[in-house]
Formats: sequence, C-alpha cells, structure tokens
Amino acid sequence: MNLLTSMGLLPLIGAGLIALLPVSNAKLIKQGALLVSVLVAALGITMTIGFDRGVTGFQYVERYSWIPSLGISYQLGIDGISLILILLSVLLVPIVILAGWNESEGGRFSVKTFYVLILVLETMMIGVFAATDLFLFYVFFEAMLVPVYFLIGGYGSGARQAAAVKFLLYSLFGGLLMLASIIGIFVISGNQIGRTFDITALSTLEIDTTTQNFLFLGFFIAFAIKAPLWPLHTWLPDAAKSATPGTSVLLLGVLDKVGTFGMIRYCVELFPEASRTFTPLIITLAVISILYGAFLAIGQKDIKSLIAFTSISHFGFITLGIFAMTTQSNSGATLYMFNHGISTAALFLTAGWMISRRGSSTIADFGGLQRVTPILAWSFFIAGLSSLALPGLSSFVSEFLVLVGTYTRYPVAAVIATFGIILAALYILIPVQKALHGPTTAGNENLPDLNKREIAAIAPVIALIIALGFYPKPALEIINPAAQVTITKAGYSDPQPLVGGDK
Amino acid sequence: MTSENLVYLIALPLFSSALLMLLGRKADKWGHIFATLISASTFVIGAMEFFAMIDRPEASRAVTQKLFTWISVGTFNVDAGLLLDQLSIAFVLLITGVGTLIHVYSIAYMSHDKDRRRFFAYLNFFIAAMLLLVLGDSYLNLYVGWEGVGLASYLLIGFWNQKPEYATAAKKAFVANRVGDFGLSVAVMIAFANFGAVSFIGIEEKVGGASETALTAMGLMLLLAAVGKSAQFPLQAWLGDAMAGPTPVSALIHAATMVTAGVYLITRSNFIFDNAPTAQLAVVIVGTITLLFGAIIGMAKDDIKKALAASTMSQIGYMIMASGFGPAGYAFAIMHLLTHGFFKAGMFLGAGSVMHGMNDEVNMRRYGGLAKFMPITSITFGLGYLAIIGVPPFAGFYSKDKIIETAFNAGGLQGVLFGSAALLGAVITAFYMTRLMLMTFFGNKRWAQGSEPHESPFLMWAPMAVLAVGSVASGYLLYSGKAIVKWLAPVVDKNQHEHTEFLPPIVVTTLAVVAVIIGVSIAFIKYRGDLSESAPSEVSIFTRVIRRDLLQDDANEFLFMRPGQKLTQLLVKTDESVIDGAVRAVGSSALGSARGMRKLQTGYVRNYALLILIGALVALLAALAVTI
Repeated sequence: MNLLTSMGLLPLIGAGLIALLPVSNAKLIKQGALLVSVLVAALGITMTIGFDRGVTGFQYVERYSWIPSLGISYQLGIDGISLILILLSVLLVPIVILAGWNESEGGRFSVKTFYVLILVLETMMIGVFAATDLFLFYVFFEAMLVPVYFLIGGYGSGARQAAAVKFLLYSLFGGLLMLASIIGIFVISGNQIGRTFDITALSTLEIDTTTQNFLFLGFFIAFAIKAPLWPLHTWLPDAAKSATPGTSVLLLGVLDKVGTFGMIRYCVELFPEASRTFTPLIITLAVISILYGAFLAIGQKDIKSLIAFTSISHFGFITLGIFAMTTQSNSGATLYMFNHGISTAALFLTAGWMISRRGSSTIADFGGLQRVTPILAWSFFIAGLSSLALPGLSSFVSEFLVLVGTYTRYPVAAVIATFGIILAALYILIPVQKALHGPTTAGNENLPDLNKREIAAIAPVIALIIALGFYPKPALEIINPAAQVTITKAGYSDPQPLVGGDK
Repeated sequence: MTSENLVYLIALPLFSSALLMLLGRKADKWGHIFATLISASTFVIGAMEFFAMIDRPEASRAVTQKLFTWISVGTFNVDAGLLLDQLSIAFVLLITGVGTLIHVYSIAYMSHDKDRRRFFAYLNFFIAAMLLLVLGDSYLNLYVGWEGVGLASYLLIGFWNQKPEYATAAKKAFVANRVGDFGLSVAVMIAFANFGAVSFIGIEEKVGGASETALTAMGLMLLLAAVGKSAQFPLQAWLGDAMAGPTPVSALIHAATMVTAGVYLITRSNFIFDNAPTAQLAVVIVGTITLLFGAIIGMAKDDIKKALAASTMSQIGYMIMASGFGPAGYAFAIMHLLTHGFFKAGMFLGAGSVMHGMNDEVNMRRYGGLAKFMPITSITFGLGYLAIIGVPPFAGFYSKDKIIETAFNAGGLQGVLFGSAALLGAVITAFYMTRLMLMTFFGNKRWAQGSEPHESPFLMWAPMAVLAVGSVASGYLLYSGKAIVKWLAPVVDKNQHEHTEFLPPIVVTTLAVVAVIIGVSIAFIKYRGDLSESAPSEVSIFTRVIRRDLLQDDANEFLFMRPGQKLTQLLVKTDESVIDGAVRAVGSSALGSARGMRKLQTGYVRNYALLILIGALVALLAALAVTI
C-alpha cells in the first residue's frame, strides 16, 4: 500500500475507532490517541529513512484520477521540503498528546472529541503538505480550519470563542482570495495545456505579467495570513493566548508553516516572474515583521502572547529567507520551519506547564521558579535559548543560513534583520528573569516540578534541538536538493563571491 | 599537521558539565573534585600539545583537526574544525592553567554553597566554550564558543540570581554582548559574500583581492564584536555589574580569559585589519578611550571588586590599543593579555580571600590594616599590585612598557597622542591601585568589632601563590630574547616587518617609570594614614561624575533604554488600536450586514462550516462553468 496514503489515513481511522469508545473512559481514549500518533510517527520516520536524498523531484508519488472532467486528481508526492514538514507534524502530535495529557478536560466538548479532532487534524496536515494537485491542496487547506476552529473555541481559555472566530474569518478571507487565483490558473491551464491541477504541469504555464501578478497575490495574501506577516498578524496572538498549549503548538508549529510552505511551493514555483516583481515589497514586510514581532514580544505581559509575537518575528525570518532566493537562504528558511516548530513546541509546552501549575499566564505572577521547579525552569530556559538562536542549538543554523544567504543578495535587509538577534535576547531574557529568577513569588513555593510523563514529552524535543544544532547535516541533506530546485525554477542563481568567484 | 587530541580539550569539560547538570544532587558529593580533575586534564593535554609544538620546526607548528561537516549548503561549507597554532596555544595554556587554579580555589571558596556542584558544572562549561572560541578554525566555529562563553558568563553572573539586581546584571551582560554579536554576525556575512569562505585560512588566502571598503566594514564589525565581549567603550557598562558573580568567576571570566576574547578576535583577524587602516585606527581609538575611561572610574571605586573590574576594562583597553597597531603591536597585546591573566586573576582571588575573611564585605572603606591578619593574601596581592602598575622587573612592567613604546612608534602627532594617553593611563593605574592597596591592607582598621579577619585556607592561597609567581616572572620570560614576538610572528607578522622607533626605548621606559612614581606618590599622599568608614560626601562634581561611572548607565538609559521602552509601548498600543482596530472594524461591518441572514442558521459554528462548503462548491461550479 502507498505509504503517504497509509500515513494520512491512519490517524483518520484512529479517530474513527476512538469515536466508538465510551466517552467515560478518558484514559483509554488518551492512550489510544497516543498509540495511533506514535504509529504515524514511526511511519514518518520510516518514510524519512527511505527517502532518496540524492535526487530531486517528488518521491512516494501516488496518483489516482478523481474528477477527470476537471482534471482533478488525488495526487500525492513529497520532496525534501514537504518531507521535513510532514516529519515535523507527525513528531509533534504524539508529543503534544503526551505533554497535554489533561488539557482536554474542562472544555466545552468531551475529552473524546478533543482527540478525534487532533487526529483528524493530523490527517489534514499530512495531506496539505503531500498534495501535488492544487485542488486537493486547497481542499486540505480549507478543511483544516474546521478541527482547529473547534480546538480553539472548544478547549481554550479566556475569550476563546472570539479568538476562534477571528482565526476563522481571517483564514476564510485568505482562502477566498486563493480560490479566486486557483480558478484563474485553472482557466489558463485549460487554454494552454488542457485541464489539470497538477502542480508540476502548472509550473510550465506561460502567464502574462498582469495576470500572473494578480494570481500571485491571491496565493500570497492567503499564505501571509497563515504564516502571519505584518500587518496581517493580529489573529495569531489572540488565538495562541486562548488555545490550549497543545493546540498552540500545532497551530504555530505546523499549521502556520502551511503559509511559508505555500509561498515556496505555490507562489514562487508557479509564479516566478511575479515573485520577482513583488520581492522588494515582501522583503520589506518580512524585515518589518522580524523587528515588529520582536518589539511587540518585549512589550507583552502574557507569556502566551509573548511566544506568539516571537513567532511573528521568526516567520519574518522564514519569509525573508524564501524570497532572498539564494541556496543558503532558502535551505535555511525550510530548516527554520522545522526548527521553529520544535523550539516553539518546547516553549509553549513548558509555558503551558507553568501556567497550569500557577493558574495564571501573566509573567509577573511567576518568579524564582529556578529554585522551586528546576527541571521545568531549565526546560523553559533551553527552549528560550533556542528561540533566541544561540549557536550550538538548532535554530542558530537556520537563522544564520537565512541571514548569510540574504546578505549576498540584499545586504541592507540582512543587516537590518540582524538587529532581530539583539531584540531576541531581550524578549527571552526578560521573561526568564521575571519568571525563573529573583525571589520566589508568594504562592509559588510549593509548585511541583515536572513529572515523568512531562519529562518524557519534553526530553526528545530538547535532545533534537541540541542534536540538530551540532549536526544539522541529516536535515540539510534532505532540504538542499529541493531548495536548489526552487531557486532554479524561480530563475535565480547564487551570487558569486566578490573575490575569486567566476565572474 | 593534524592532531587527534584537540577535540578532547573541548569534549571533556563539556561532557563533565552535562554530567553534573543531569545527575543533579546525586553528584553533590564529588562534583567539584571531578570537575577540577577534568579541568586539570585539559591543562595536561594543552601542555603536551605545547611541548610537541616546540619540537616541531616553525613552519609546521600549527595542527588542525577536522571533526565533521557542520553546515553545508551550496557553496557555504563550514566544517567543525579545530586549529591549534602559536596564538591559540597561548590561550589554551592560559585558560586551562588559570582555569584549573580557579577550580581548586573554588572548592574552598564555594564550600558553604549548597549549589557548589552547579557552580562547577558552569565552570567546566565555560572552559569548554572558551577553548572552542580559541580553537575554532573559522569565524562560525569561533562564534559558537563566543556565545557559549557569553552564556556561561550569564549563568555565573546570575549564579545567585535570587537577588533581583544580580539577575539584572546577568541580563545586562548578555544583551551588551549580543550587541557585539550583531557585529560578529555581520562580519561573517561580509566574509562569505566577499570570499565565499568563513574559515581563517580560506579568507586569508583571498584577502588580497578584496576591496578596502569591504575589509574596513568587516574590520569595524569585528571591532564591534570585540567591544561587546571585552567591555570596551561604548559597550563597557556591563562589566562592573558583572561583579555580582562569585569572585572566582570574576577572576577567571571577567579578568583573565573571556573578556580578553576581543583581543584574540582582533589578533586572529590580523589579515583583515592589516589591510584596513581605517578600521585599525578605530581599534586604537576605542582602546585609548577605554584605557582612560576604566582607569578614571577606578579612581573613585570603594567596592574592591568593582575597582578591579574598572582596572580590567582599562588594561584590556591597553591590549586593544596595541592590537590596533598591527604587526608591531599584536605580540605585545597578547603579552599583556598573558601577564594580565596572571596578576589580575591573582588579585581577584586575593579580593575573594579578603571577602572570605571579612564576611563577604566588599567595601574597602570597611577594610584597613589587613596585612597583619592576612599575610599570605597581602603578599600575593602585593606582587600582583607591583606587576599591574608596572614596577620593573615585575610582569606588567615589560608588557605595558612595550605597548607604550609601540604607541609612540606609531609616529607623528597620532603617536604622541596615543603614547601620552598610554602614559597618562599608567599614572592613573598606579594611583588607583596604590589607593586600593592602602585602603585594604594598610592604615587603620575599619571593620566591625568582633569579626576578626582570618587568613584563607590552603586550597585558596595556593592558587594565589602560583599566580603571584606568574605576576613576578611571566613578563621577563615572555620578553627576554623577544620570545613572544618570535613565537607569534608566523601567525601575526608573516612578513617580518621592520618596526621604526620614534623614541629610543630607554626614554620610553624612563617615562613609564616616572609615570608610576607620580601615580604612587599622589595616592600615597592622599590615602596614607587613617581613613573614615564612609566615603566623603562633600566632593566636587568631577568626583561625583566619576563615582557614577562617568554616567555610563545614565547615558545608556537616556539613549537606548527609555526610547526603546517608549517605542515598545507605542507599538503595543498601535497594534491593538490601529492594526487590530482596522481589522475589527472591517469584521464588524461585514458581520453587521450578515446579521440579517443569521436567522437562517441555528448556530454560528455551523455558519462557518457552511461557508467553507459553499466555498468549495463555488470552486467546483466555477470550474464546471469554464469547462462547459
């Protein structure tokens, strides 16, 4: 059987089985969900091992005709970029389930519904990255909103309903623009090469400049909402603040990557000319996002909003890397997506544990945790160091690749973006000082440290952050060929060194 | 040549540090011993490498070790590679040697702290990171060590971070260092864009083809990095606060090794600076300003550690200045770095010994007459004192004298200017150090009754004694027969430049000795005899400004912190009211018009699910319409 389809179907079947379990047996439901997600993760690792690093193009290809009259097919396949993101998704789901063992309780819906939603979401995540048919991608892209909507609105805290609606409206708005562009490109394909949604075929279309610009914008705005780029970001802090930590991990760690993934796969690869036209604008927005997100993070009093704004800064780096269009910046951007996923997961999960122990997400309510809950404090601290891209940790490699790659083509943008590393020190060390250092705040003296389950959830994440910091080669080997293809498709080649290069 | 042993220099202490952290309290009993043995073993490896290096002919003294490919994307290839040459071996011996002595000292100094094991884990982590800094064969490997020592420094300054002001001091140090790291990052980018390489060898090979603009830019960015790490003007303000860390840390990290990394960076980058005279001039100017700035601050400090910190800043100013003079100065910068490593670490340990005997009192106004009670401390400290002010034949005399000479030799008006500044610095150094000696070890007893000071235990004074020997002898050993100059020449002076003399060396030496005599005399006149227990309050505006560290914190607050906080607040407000406000306005008007249709639905959740469905249907229909 085909691996990608099996992997995608497994969580869905799991969700179906869990739906049959009695609502009252919460423990069995959780164990079942964990088991399913671990199996999926195992498949994901198998797939990664079997992936041929030396070749470009899609692997594990599957293709079945779906609606032939429209040229729509069920078509899957992965290159290095989609592989790394699928791997990220399937690794994070079991960690999220394990870490947030009790966060499904006390929601508007049952515990059972929570895990059904999570597993359905996992199917959508695999599908959206694996689809090589534009229409199929769109279906996953939109359908994904449903479980997320219920996860935020049903299980979060505070103004969760409002946050969920805001998330949905933003996404739908973007989705509609993208839909318009999809219809547009379908019409053009019908005229030029026959009806198809196959993205490889679509990338060969000859589209006139004006049309291309409009089609590009439809896609780009949808993606810039998803991986929020300034000024389309205001849904994210609200959603992250309201959602449970686990949902936030999947939302910021994986779902938002659909935006940056889409920029590579659809914006750049389908509309290279328009990409070039809009590059100056996008790079400007990306640099603004980096600094703006960082300043806003510094100014936050709520730990979850703070993490959300750091992510806006990080998405700025990813977008910058994608549109700087050098091998280094592009590989760096893709690796950044993965690294941001794991380091944000570590931040959200540890922050979530702090919040559930203290019953507050206000940074000022914490203090002196390093001496009360040392393991929790160290986990949060290391996650923070990863977020500020300390050399030796994984995010440094990706952030530096983005910067060094960007510099060779857009030195000014790269230098301004580099100011982000100073601000990053502030937005991490300020909450670290307030929450972990200083005298222990009243009411915190007896907070329990991490239990074994929680350690089991965070330890692999931290191990991965350190391992990929020292040895990013396995990930880069997967990413590099795909990034190279993107650059070539976009019609770019790397700038040569000024001294001794081939001029 | 390659060597298989280099990696252990880093791997051993790194492993030990991780082990002590992961084992937690289980390792409390033996953690400090283990960490000290590990540190000692790195010194043994370093010494073995050193002797092996001496045996080899000059051309093949450097050894390398490639560990693995670290980052490889397109033409950007960085190996995890190590390079041990004449320059880095000097640092390896200093770091592991002084480092081990300070481990030994800390066993006793930290014996009452229940987190001693964690302290030693941090110390070992520092050793690993610092060795990586000086052994990395490329700017990016150096960068890992560079921020690694920054992290170690952050952790150790904040070792007692339950005190809020200590936690703030730690953060301040890290952020100031990050400003410097910005410079290092950009320097690496410039290197890659110009040379397609980031390794020292790769860049040096191609440096001749680069434009002077690029080299100047890269040089200035490297200088910024050095300024942050080495507490040079204008990023110097963090060093005084860093004294919040336990005193052995001040000795190792904030005196002997980490803060001197900027000097290493500039010396290592000699191939850049030698071709970028503008950047070199900037280096000299920064060094000159800082050597005076630190010395002036040191004149009015009553906190013994902060007085030594100001002195460190000033002495590193000398080193930075020397490194800015190019091949004529690199060797002397390193020489002063090494002698300073001995005498300043020794004096910091001495200060720790005094604090140990005085219930952690740091205010010199509460000291006095300690020579009688702490004979060993006062003698070892006194030898360090003679070394730093530059009394012949103690260590600092040779190294500082050479820097002053090099400054004059720069020639012309500049040479006179820089040379005079260096001489003036020597006067002030002699002044504030004599003041410190008199206030601490001589004069009237000013401590509280009933707390008789006592000499420190063997484990503490033995390292002080070893360092005192270095304070006496290291200068002459490095100087005689131009030992250090010849040793480093293959790295920093490949073309064997002929250095011109502006003034005969004997004249400069005489001037330097006269400077010392002037400084000592003024301090002696002012601070001999009995002192009061509190600092005089009726003082001139100059004294008050100096006591406020020449307004360094006020300037930072006025120029950066307050505007930064204002900007942050403004952006937070704007984000809520303007950007999100606009979104909400659009949203509510859209919802308003939709309210009429609301009745058709039973709940809004379904509303949106339906919307998605409609969207998909529209897509299908539109597609159909086109095809039919």
